[in-house]
Amino acid sequence: MAVTAAQIAVSVRGVAKSFGGTRILNDIAVDIVEGTVHALVGENGAGKSSLGKIIGGYYTPDEGEVQLFGERVARFSPREALGLGVAMIHQELQLAPALNVVQNVFLGRESARAGVLVKGDMERFEALEKTCDFGIDPLAKVARLRIAERQKVEIMRAIARDARIIIMDEPTSSLTEDEADRLHALIRRLKAQGKTIIYVSHFLDHIIANCDNVTVMRDGRVVRTSPIAGETKKSLVDAMLGQESTILWPTLPDPPAATVAPVAELRGVSTHTGLNDISLSIRPGEIVGLIGLVGSGRTEVARAMFGADQIASGEYLIEGEPQRRLSVRQAVARGIALVPEDRRKQGLVLTQATRPNISLGTLGSISRGGILDTRLEVARVKEMIAHFGIVPDRVDGRVARYSGGNQQKVLLSKWAVERPKLLILDEPSRGVDIGARQRIHEFIVEMARQGVAVLLISSEIEEVINLSHRSYLMSDGRIFGEELSASLTVESALHRVFLEQHSHAARQEATTP
Amino acid sequence: MTDTTLKSPVRPARKLALGDIVREYGVLIIIAVLLVVLTMASDSFLTPRNLLNILNQSTPLFVISCALTLVIIGGGFDLSTGAIFGVASVSAGWLAIHVDPLFAIVAAPVIGLTLGSINGVIITAFNVHSFLVTLATSLVYRGMAILVTDGKLIPVRIDEFSWLGRQKLDLGGGVAVNVAVIVMLCFMALMMFVLNRTTLGRAIFAVGGNEEAALLSGIRTNLVKTITFGISGAAAGLAGVITVSRLSMAEPQAGTGLEFEAIAAVILGGTSIMGGAGAVWRSMAGVLLMALIGNGFNILNVNPFFKDLTTGVIIVLAVALAAAGNKR
Repeated sequence: MAVTAAQIAVSVRGVAKSFGGTRILNDIAVDIVEGTVHALVGENGAGKSSLGKIIGGYYTPDEGEVQLFGERVARFSPREALGLGVAMIHQELQLAPALNVVQNVFLGRESARAGVLVKGDMERFEALEKTCDFGIDPLAKVARLRIAERQKVEIMRAIARDARIIIMDEPTSSLTEDEADRLHALIRRLKAQGKTIIYVSHFLDHIIANCDNVTVMRDGRVVRTSPIAGETKKSLVDAMLGQESTILWPTLPDPPAATVAPVAELRGVSTHTGLNDISLSIRPGEIVGLIGLVGSGRTEVARAMFGADQIASGEYLIEGEPQRRLSVRQAVARGIALVPEDRRKQGLVLTQATRPNISLGTLGSISRGGILDTRLEVARVKEMIAHFGIVPDRVDGRVARYSGGNQQKVLLSKWAVERPKLLILDEPSRGVDIGARQRIHEFIVEMARQGVAVLLISSEIEEVINLSHRSYLMSDGRIFGEELSASLTVESALHRVFLEQHSHAARQEATTP
Repeated sequence: MTDTTLKSPVRPARKLALGDIVREYGVLIIIAVLLVVLTMASDSFLTPRNLLNILNQSTPLFVISCALTLVIIGGGFDLSTGAIFGVASVSAGWLAIHVDPLFAIVAAPVIGLTLGSINGVIITAFNVHSFLVTLATSLVYRGMAILVTDGKLIPVRIDEFSWLGRQKLDLGGGVAVNVAVIVMLCFMALMMFVLNRTTLGRAIFAVGGNEEAALLSGIRTNLVKTITFGISGAAAGLAGVITVSRLSMAEPQAGTGLEFEAIAAVILGGTSIMGGAGAVWRSMAGVLLMALIGNGFNILNVNPFFKDLTTGVIIVLAVALAAAGNKR
């Protein structure tokens, strides 16, 4: 099929971009056909997000040009990009937290007469909801929504603005499989309406199932652009890495004997954050997974065990000792570590370099009388950088500019530097590239082999099943099942989670008058 | 998979752009330019006497600004330093006369520490923004200073008291330095040490940079914040007693507006008002720059009106420059 100029929605010609002397994009040339779903793939740091941001008007290229529908765009801002019909949905979502869903969706486009707000937004929202089918409460404050919900709000905002080109940066990284399916159904509807979707993602399954064309990037350059029909997961990974590769799960160590006493145990624990009668235990050297949809209470279990949320009723035992009003500080002192789900907001201090970030959780052991032993500290940090292969390998590197995978490695180093007794990992591989992901998986197994108890939370059920000995199934703040992970498959686990969710909803309906 | 495939291609090219240098060390460049200009414009500028005089004149501001740096890096804001300066001044004056001169010198920073810690406790216990709390307590503290003195000046002409501000130590070669300047330099060194070499310093950076991350790392964030306000108060007290000692006069209205000068100096130096980043030397440079502008205008007999105006313009430029650097 001959592609004429009129059919090209976005044409990127010879684009290059540098930041502070670092070249992140080199001689990029891509044509994106109108009315298609076009994927950008590559490892973190390959430049796919940066390319998305150039098309979305967030970055101005140093060299080369971007054409939209055949017209050259010289220098444009996100606002002008929106005016030209380009909307970008970010990895780090950009919403006004104090406003509600409707207000955010129509931000800057409110129903108004001469600047005075008038009714009508609600009706417009309902019409929009018919297209999207997200099922979001229109009056909920955005600050109270979880990441997955916020992302939906961003997508609705783009559609509300009649964007012709929608750039989605890692749209499914914080969604469950079911939510991702609904997003993909929406993408198909948008495509049917003639919209062009640029889909930046790590999830190759999603890309293969939902995109028309794919541009593979590596080292800030385009490797190739081709129809998805000719690609497989393996061919894409090979192109991204520049060599043959396979995704391997590391071998788990043997689970601890049944007689080994648990490191941590919850007995009938409920919290104000929505946990209801949670009982679980985890033993040294054991990897335990939590499987459930976003909002099922997985993160809340992690926070309660780390002392970040208080326990309202029930018992929490650490090494057999009941805990009263455990604080984070006490939890850390007892050898519990948490790698939180949102690494930029809850994990890293981005104004600081690698070294202080790695040391932050264990300052006590590299100081005497409050005075730091910097030589010891530097030695420890160097060891961690080598151990995880953090790039760049500078002790005082600027973490804020690291790729997602390397930021995550810094965060893991923070606790790995002093082997914890219980390591809680909440979405440890979200938004990281394949190389880093594999290193993180190896790390989890490595920790367990050294006798650390690991609690693994991940939206990727495949990851939990392959990397844990035992899994608890969660729904609506409760644990409804416990299985040996080897006996589960992604399909069987998902099936049970959904079944539980529906039956629970039915029970609730039955009890409420 | 070998390591080489994982190595990111985006290696820093190790080329420092001119813009980055200007942004990072802008305040030093302006100081250097000013030094050259003033040296050429006046014979009396580049003399040890004049330079030491500049340092001596600005000692209280130096002390307050370097402690304030810790507050601002910790994500806070302190508007009460001028008022604490006032309370400490009159307390020190009264104690010197009625109790003991040496005790007064020691007591002033302790009073400042107490008032500053009260700020910190209110801020963290009620989780109110430090801007609001210190705005309110500055009125309370200033009111206290005026109430206890009936708004009157307290003359303090006691030799055992005024050595701190007036006595000079001969360094040889005809160069003599005020004791206060040495105290100031020691305090500055202490602040640098706290910030860069202690666990408290690390915690301050973390709390200001990402409070939730600090909390989830087991840092006692409320305690850390309270300590920074305590240090800021102690510095204001120290600055107050130095001034009273120098002037032999305690004044309840003393230090009015000092809090803004200190904030200006910290910002001018390039410490981020957003918290989480900055350095004590930056604030020192900020104070020095402001002092040089004042001194230069004196030497050149320029209308003093231009001093504030120039300082203001330079602050706007410095802040705009920093903001331009953050935008990408």
